[in-house]
Amino acid sequence: MLLAPVVWALTVGVAYFFFAKTWWFPPPINQHGVAYDAQFMRTLVVVGVIFILAQFALGYVIVRFRNDGRGRAQYTHGNNRLETLWTSATALLFLSLVVMGTKIWAGVHFDEAPPDAIPIEVLAKQFSWSFRYAGPDGKFGHIDLKLVNDSAGNPFGLDDKDPASKDDIVSASLKVPVGKPILLRMNSRDVIHNFFVRELRMKQDIVPGMEIPIHFQADQIGIYEVPCSELCGLGHFQMRTTMQVMSVADFAAWQQQMLAQK
Amino acid sequence: MSSPVVHAHHAPEGFIRRYVFSLDHKVIGIQYYFLGLFSVFIGMFLSLLMRYHMVNPTVSVAWMAKLWPTAAAGGVMTPELYLSLMTMHGTIMVFFVLTTVPQSGFGNYMLPIQIGAEDMAFPVLNMMSFWTTFLALVVMIAAFFVEGGAPLSGWTAYPPLSAAGRVTGPGEGMGQNLWILSIAIFCGASLMGAINFISTTVDLRCKGMTLMRMPLTCWTWLVTAILGLLGFAVLLAAGVLLLLDRLAGSSFFLPAGMMISDRILADHKGGSPLLWQHLFWFFGHPEVYIAILPGMGVTSQLLSTFSRKPIFGYKAMVYAILSIGFLGFLVWGHHMFMSGMNPYSAMAFATLTMCIGVPSAIKTFNWLGTLWGGKIHFTTAMLFALGFVSLFVTGGVSGIFLGQPALDLYFHDTYFVVGHFHMIMGVAAIFGMFAGTFYWFPKMYGRMMNETLGKIHFYLTFIGVYCIFTPMHYLGIAGNPRRYSAFTDVEYLGGLIPVHQFMTYAAYFTAAVQLIFVVNLFWSLMKGPKAPVNPWNATTLEWTVPSPPPFDNFAGVHPVVNHGPYEYSVPGAASDFIMQTDPPSAVPSEH
Repeated sequence: MLLAPVVWALTVGVAYFFFAKTWWFPPPINQHGVAYDAQFMRTLVVVGVIFILAQFALGYVIVRFRNDGRGRAQYTHGNNRLETLWTSATALLFLSLVVMGTKIWAGVHFDEAPPDAIPIEVLAKQFSWSFRYAGPDGKFGHIDLKLVNDSAGNPFGLDDKDPASKDDIVSASLKVPVGKPILLRMNSRDVIHNFFVRELRMKQDIVPGMEIPIHFQADQIGIYEVPCSELCGLGHFQMRTTMQVMSVADFAAWQQQMLAQK
Repeated sequence: MSSPVVHAHHAPEGFIRRYVFSLDHKVIGIQYYFLGLFSVFIGMFLSLLMRYHMVNPTVSVAWMAKLWPTAAAGGVMTPELYLSLMTMHGTIMVFFVLTTVPQSGFGNYMLPIQIGAEDMAFPVLNMMSFWTTFLALVVMIAAFFVEGGAPLSGWTAYPPLSAAGRVTGPGEGMGQNLWILSIAIFCGASLMGAINFISTTVDLRCKGMTLMRMPLTCWTWLVTAILGLLGFAVLLAAGVLLLLDRLAGSSFFLPAGMMISDRILADHKGGSPLLWQHLFWFFGHPEVYIAILPGMGVTSQLLSTFSRKPIFGYKAMVYAILSIGFLGFLVWGHHMFMSGMNPYSAMAFATLTMCIGVPSAIKTFNWLGTLWGGKIHFTTAMLFALGFVSLFVTGGVSGIFLGQPALDLYFHDTYFVVGHFHMIMGVAAIFGMFAGTFYWFPKMYGRMMNETLGKIHFYLTFIGVYCIFTPMHYLGIAGNPRRYSAFTDVEYLGGLIPVHQFMTYAAYFTAAVQLIFVVNLFWSLMKGPKAPVNPWNATTLEWTVPSPPPFDNFAGVHPVVNHGPYEYSVPGAASDFIMQTDPPSAVPSEH
């Protein structure tokens, strides 16, 4: 019998922190993030109602139907109508949630990146990140694994002999202009890594042997952390970089500055 | 229906044949139980070390340096040691506890008795499957002691991390080889066990024990065995391929163009890291149900027994178990939403995943329906069954977030996932084991367990596990990635350390109160009051035989079943329960 108040108290305790939002998402920085949060809240309402109702019902039957030593329990083998009703209601509810979320998933994965999206190559390796921009010529230069030299600042293996390589910019952190579509082409050199930006509400595994594209737009200037989110070895917890969202002018200036340093 | 298969064997004489290389399903069940008990304490110890390190990543502990002179030189655990402990914690818990105790432990002991058989269909195979499991455990633990230590690629062992060899990290040399070898041996053991469970259930049911008169425990053991047969076969194949990639230079999982710490892997091309994930999760998702289905069976059995009511919707429960088993093989892709597989297939996997939520919801509904109108007796066994329902709900509902590819865009590989599967596959399943222990202990050992200690242990554990695992969901919402050995390098994680501290204290507390259970278990084994034949006034066949049962279970008598498994509180009947073997006349004619 003591179990009922314990279950209720734990339920209230668990639910409290969802209401209080003590530990929560950072604010989203694009439309996708806003839609994501709406879908999360819809699901939270459905799940919250099921969770609280089920736990309270459990506590209720524990109190109400404890053995009082009088008479016998009800003799019933169930109720098919209730069973059907319950089954279809749950199925409908669960499936509608998936359907409602489809648009968000489609926006990330089914829609192509807009043609004017800025392409950036991402290279993940144990345990650091590199980003490559095509530079003023708009062309990525030829790369070769044999030319890779991390200590000389050439993680991609850029081929100096290719003229298109001359103006490629390589950076250890991601810089993007605000409000412009961005296309990341992601590659891993060794094991599986994962690109995750909380504020974008987006993550994607980076798998060796596959070039995986993702596209997004960031509408809020700021610096956001990128923690590796797929186990990649002993330095996994240190494999961190940042994504800096800059004004269009600052982004252009940064590119100029990087080119000047070459 | 069973034919009178003659496979009776006489009680063996001599200690070795009786207790070590025993053919008796009851002894083998107990062997599995204690193998699981040993494993769970190792797994728990590893988790405590991990929890300590996560909140004290730089504090030196003298005895840790003694345990691991290189990996914890100076008493501070290295990140690679942390990942080794994590890998071994997950592996030992999933394979040697969650797969072993509910199915091979309780199932071995109780399935033949509950269906009225003298033993399993293949006693020698049964003995082999236990000793093969034992060998697998020895090989697994040996991974700690080889050069480089235990592997660090997690219990999921994703290649290339697990395939490319020593270059990807310490532990990825011999340690990873032994890990794969152990898993392959374990697969073999599980296949033997699965064949035995299926054959026994199909062939050895006694007269009158139709499928629809089987206790729900037997249904869950049967479906779990089918899952094991199909799942472990695939994992075995995957393990062999991984071992070939590592030792024979093949490229099943290794693509071309790889370079690991400045070394180009020129010898490999054409492989796919995603192939492993498909094979692994084709096993891995059914594995979740292998862990939890028997717990559902035990919970159903106990809720009915201790509320003195027939199970609500027996048929619906059977269909729910069957559809969980079937759908369990169609949802593996929900572990791979972020893997880079075709995003359109995510929609199919998401839809099927939501479908598998339905039979789980049916079960919860039917458990509440069973309790409704009952006369609930709060034994310790019943408390654990009720706790199972609460944990199953809490662990289950978070799946509704994770099953949506859209929401998984954020939650994948965060602590939200860790909270979800620990709650449902870990803790709920373990509550099923505790429930089974308190319920069947009198039958297995002929003595009663101590109820007071049992209840104290239950309440403290119940509160403890909520305190450990529900905060993980908040951490996930805040974006805390899993498998981090410290929260020192990503700035926003610094603010979450107090939550980790709380969880660490809760873990110490919960681990400590498990000593109450150990004391109760061993004290009761030796000094517990003698158990009667049927201490719970339950209806199924194991409660018709002495506690503990004789060697051939029914002392040469062939039981005949006349009733369903949960005939409690039948109006007009002489007592409030009708045993399955009671004569048909036990039910008054108007019913």
